Amino acid sequence: MQHILKIIAQRLALGLLTLFAISLIITFGVELLPGDLAQAILGQGATPETVRVFRLELGLDKPPYLRYLDWLGGMATGDMGVSLSNKRQISELIGMRLSNTLFLGGFAALIAIPLALTLGILAALYRNSLFDRTINTVTITSISFPEFFIAYVLILFFAINLGWFPGISNISSELSLGDRLYRTLLPAATLTLVCVAHMMRMTRASIINLLASPYIEMARLKGIKPMRIIMRHALPNALAPIVNVIALNLAYLVVGVVIVEVVFVYPGLGQLLVDSVSKRDVPVVQACSMIFASVYILLNLFADIVSIITNPRLLYPR
Amino acid sequence: MLVDMKDNSGSESEPLLQMKGLRIEGLSENGWQEIVCGIDLQLKRGEIIGLIGESGAGKSTIGLAAMGYARDGCRITEGDIIFDGIELRTASEEEKRKLRGTRISYVAQSAAAAFNPAHRLLEQFAEVPVAHKILSLSKAKEKGRALYRSLDLPDPENIGERWPHQVSGGQLQRMMVAMAMSCEPDLIIFDEPTTALDVTTQIEVLKTIKEIVIDRNVAAIYVTHDLAVVAQMADHLMVLRHGNLIEVNSTGQILKSPKQEYTQNLLDARSRNEKITAQIPNPKTLLSIESVTAGYGKGPDILQDVSILVEKGRTVAVVGESGSGKSTLARVVTGLLPARFGGIHFRGEPLPDKLNHREKQQLQKVQMISQLPDIALNPRQRVRDIIGRPLSFYLGLKGKEKEQRINELLQQIELPQSFIDRLPSELSGGEKQRICIARALAAEPELIICDEVTSALDSIVAKAILNLLQRLQNELGVTYLFISHDLDTVANIADQVVVLYAGRVAEQGSKSAVFQPPFHPYTRLLLSSVPEMRQGWLEETLSTREAKAGIAREVKITEQGCPFAERCPIAIEDVCVASRPPLQTTTSGHVYACQHSIEVLLRESQY
Amino acid sequence: MNNMFKTLSSAPLSAKFGMIVIFTYLVVAVFAPLIAPYGEREILGRAYELWSSEYPLGTDNLGRDMLSRLIYGARNTLGLTLTITVLAFLLGGILGMIAAALGGWVDQILSRIVDVFMAIPSLIFALLILSIFGTSMPYLIATIVVLDATRVFRIARATAMNVAVMDYVEVARLRGEKLGWVIRKEILPNITAPLLAEFGLRFCFVFLFISALSFLGLGIQPPTADWGSMVRDSSTLISYGDVTPLIPAGAIALLTVAVNFVVDWMLHRSSGLKDVS
Repeated sequence: MQHILKIIAQRLALGLLTLFAISLIITFGVELLPGDLAQAILGQGATPETVRVFRLELGLDKPPYLRYLDWLGGMATGDMGVSLSNKRQISELIGMRLSNTLFLGGFAALIAIPLALTLGILAALYRNSLFDRTINTVTITSISFPEFFIAYVLILFFAINLGWFPGISNISSELSLGDRLYRTLLPAATLTLVCVAHMMRMTRASIINLLASPYIEMARLKGIKPMRIIMRHALPNALAPIVNVIALNLAYLVVGVVIVEVVFVYPGLGQLLVDSVSKRDVPVVQACSMIFASVYILLNLFADIVSIITNPRLLYPR
Repeated sequence: MLVDMKDNSGSESEPLLQMKGLRIEGLSENGWQEIVCGIDLQLKRGEIIGLIGESGAGKSTIGLAAMGYARDGCRITEGDIIFDGIELRTASEEEKRKLRGTRISYVAQSAAAAFNPAHRLLEQFAEVPVAHKILSLSKAKEKGRALYRSLDLPDPENIGERWPHQVSGGQLQRMMVAMAMSCEPDLIIFDEPTTALDVTTQIEVLKTIKEIVIDRNVAAIYVTHDLAVVAQMADHLMVLRHGNLIEVNSTGQILKSPKQEYTQNLLDARSRNEKITAQIPNPKTLLSIESVTAGYGKGPDILQDVSILVEKGRTVAVVGESGSGKSTLARVVTGLLPARFGGIHFRGEPLPDKLNHREKQQLQKVQMISQLPDIALNPRQRVRDIIGRPLSFYLGLKGKEKEQRINELLQQIELPQSFIDRLPSELSGGEKQRICIARALAAEPELIICDEVTSALDSIVAKAILNLLQRLQNELGVTYLFISHDLDTVANIADQVVVLYAGRVAEQGSKSAVFQPPFHPYTRLLLSSVPEMRQGWLEETLSTREAKAGIAREVKITEQGCPFAERCPIAIEDVCVASRPPLQTTTSGHVYACQHSIEVLLRESQY
Repeated sequence: MNNMFKTLSSAPLSAKFGMIVIFTYLVVAVFAPLIAPYGEREILGRAYELWSSEYPLGTDNLGRDMLSRLIYGARNTLGLTLTITVLAFLLGGILGMIAAALGGWVDQILSRIVDVFMAIPSLIFALLILSIFGTSMPYLIATIVVLDATRVFRIARATAMNVAVMDYVEVARLRGEKLGWVIRKEILPNITAPLLAEFGLRFCFVFLFISALSFLGLGIQPPTADWGSMVRDSSTLISYGDVTPLIPAGAIALLTVAVNFVVDWMLHRSSGLKDVS
């Protein structure tokens, strides 16, 4: 037990270290700019006076390490500073949008994970069958499509031609859960389509890999029923790779959400991020990037830890 | 229920298993090709048949076919497989499934791979009787423990609660044999069950198999490439080659008077024709390894205080089982692994520790040939480039001169000149190993390190490679540091022998000094563990003191005392585990590490 | 040559389809000025004109010919994608092979740096850089090259590692061969197949990535024709049930599907050969 706690502690430390490194990149990226940020954003036409004021506002007069510490302290306490474009508190801007984005991502994940695992396992079991080949072609096609293509096709059919769902996902906190789900269905479906394809292909590959193991052949030669072979012999060993696949694709969702939110005008973090990039509202972008990166790292960390605690080699060392 | 089935099943004279005209195809690059070409087989109850052949003989495929099973990429195309009146070829999957594990069971080559890493050993034992509804879980586990007890497994009450990775290779293999017995089947298929093991470990597994199969009167198909091993088990032998039956007869007849030339070749390949060491006037030392201690990373010392002298023009064999540190020794000499202490002299000059500190000329004079010819040749280079590179790199040969030299080398390794344009994928295993030899020779080395160069090859091919190496030594005067786990191989090529155990030299000297009494206790165990080509050898060996004390134990690297003390039949209590055995040297230059005097060892060797 | 033809003709239908599509795209990209009926930036008529014999796919939001921009878009987007992918492969591939061949601390340092970069979702990273530096082409290219090179590094290092442990590489080292020789002669020839497949996958990734950025208005900037921004510019048409915005989007989809079909076949082939030997 001691042993495994040590490994987990190491992973956690590594995760924290990565987060730290990323926070450095996010804040010090600004330093790479020739001249400085104030000048770059205001452009050539700005008077020295406006540049000076703007610089003070951004805190560019302070040495970089102090600015970093301020920023880090603010991120930790929930005070993320002020937006450049509309002078509002960033935490205020982000609050509701973050939960909207998590809602959309969670909704998509809830459909995608069971669907992808089932399809992946079935394709692995009946590999090289017609079913497998069909699903292979379909998924390869669907991972090749840009998200906005899928999104517009769905809009064209289900929102415009059939009129079943709204083409714009206007949601707010006053809506009932049912209403929210209804309005979020198309964006969630877009995300699901792309995500399922990736996840299903990886699941299939890892199960096929596993089914080639000598212990699976041994189980067959022991006369174990096929279903039991899958459930008792393959799945416990497949758990770690499958969790990794899920984490990897949830992380993928985190990114996919940005484009989907823009297409469906969904009031989430992704849209805020894109808007802020075009307005060059650096503080907001930094805060959003940090949140996205943290979610991404936490998901991967979670997968890592699951694969450690399900591995008997690590649980019960020699 | 099980008893009922046995009682109902035909008369005693009726064969338990019958195969008629069995044909199996395998999928290869060129489509489906026949890998088993019409085999007949008959097996009575309680009888053991050995399937013997080299790689590609189709022996494992036939073994699995006896369970009505074909691996992915294989298909049974013709013939009958009748097990106790049931035609397995037409039987439904469900019918076959009910037979597997209960009436026919299987023992795989590698227990480490065949046990599921996610379940405890006893659970896996109990799975078959429980899944087939023969025993309750608690009854099945009880049975497992009883079987472990009767097979003398260490800590039989609790060993089943361990996970596969927590048990050593030999014990794991024995537990798989026990698992095959969980439903007391009529037939067990053994698929090379000891091939991956060391000789002293092999004996413990053979003992277990013998106890199960012979004492309990179970029929068995024993698949192996090793005639000496199968001779201990089988009543009948079937000699196979390329999917065809060469010869079938009783084991005694095959060993005594084989009818076919191929069988004779197989027998010859395993026979020992010891090399006679010729006298060399005023021998010179080429390589001296001085008190080398080495290990990987922050790990323990894999080699401890090892000193070896290699004379020019001779073959020094380093023998040891897995974990003895013999391959580590090769890495130290080549410079891939710098020693922690000690040093190496080559031609009287110190050889730098690290590879990149060595000069080109030093690298040129020490060449290496390794175990697996498949990964020793770059699959994208033709023979011309493979042999040609050292010629241009060390000797600066170009164009016609180089071409000519390559052809000479091909001639030396007994391959036709037409091979010059071949890719490694167009060569057999033995041919690849010859190319490796030619590549080493191309550098015009003085010392060639041979690391298990024959262990991946079939016995007939291996024999030819050994003969080639010997001929090259006679003609070119090249020196070999020959690393091997196989005593027969060593006997055939060595002048001097170094026995390593747990990273230390147990004994070294001329071959006659090491292989004849007085014996070091470990050397004696090792020698007595090598299967001999006669029936009854296993029983004899198992009754010896060495076997009783030494088998079924793991090699442990110890900081103090003699690492072999736990397995030694003549260990002196308290002394051997506490203090390091002194290195003793006889007048003839025979060195051994033991607390006993040479007189005591000589006396003990008489037993 | 004959051999190559044989291999190609043995390809499955999907891969053949893929190869034909890729070839067509290349032809269109190279000969864009000859094929396109109008200029890339020519403003010809009113905004959003319907499909007609004059403007086969109508006009865009500024009254430029959709078809012509679609054809020029092939050239711009493909050219940029190819440039980025090649640069990323040079950077990541070479570093990856060096890391695998040298091992030790060089490998450790490079791998840790790459780990940190990989821990940031690339779209997020790109958006961050774009917000700081603005949407300028050189920064865009540099950012995507670096981000993509980390992925190439991973795969190049992993495949090279599998080769580097082979005895023939050890033999070359024992012979005293220099690093460059080991990489060029021993490692590279044995990993070209997986690297080639990876090139296809990376190409798709970069292609989709640039299109996504352009779609967000942050990638290739107007007036240069580019499929991603064409979708963006004409996206309002979709609410009238007009399929025009789907055409540039479909052009992107078709090419990535085609490349993926070919890559899938290549991967299948190389893994199939491994099974046999």
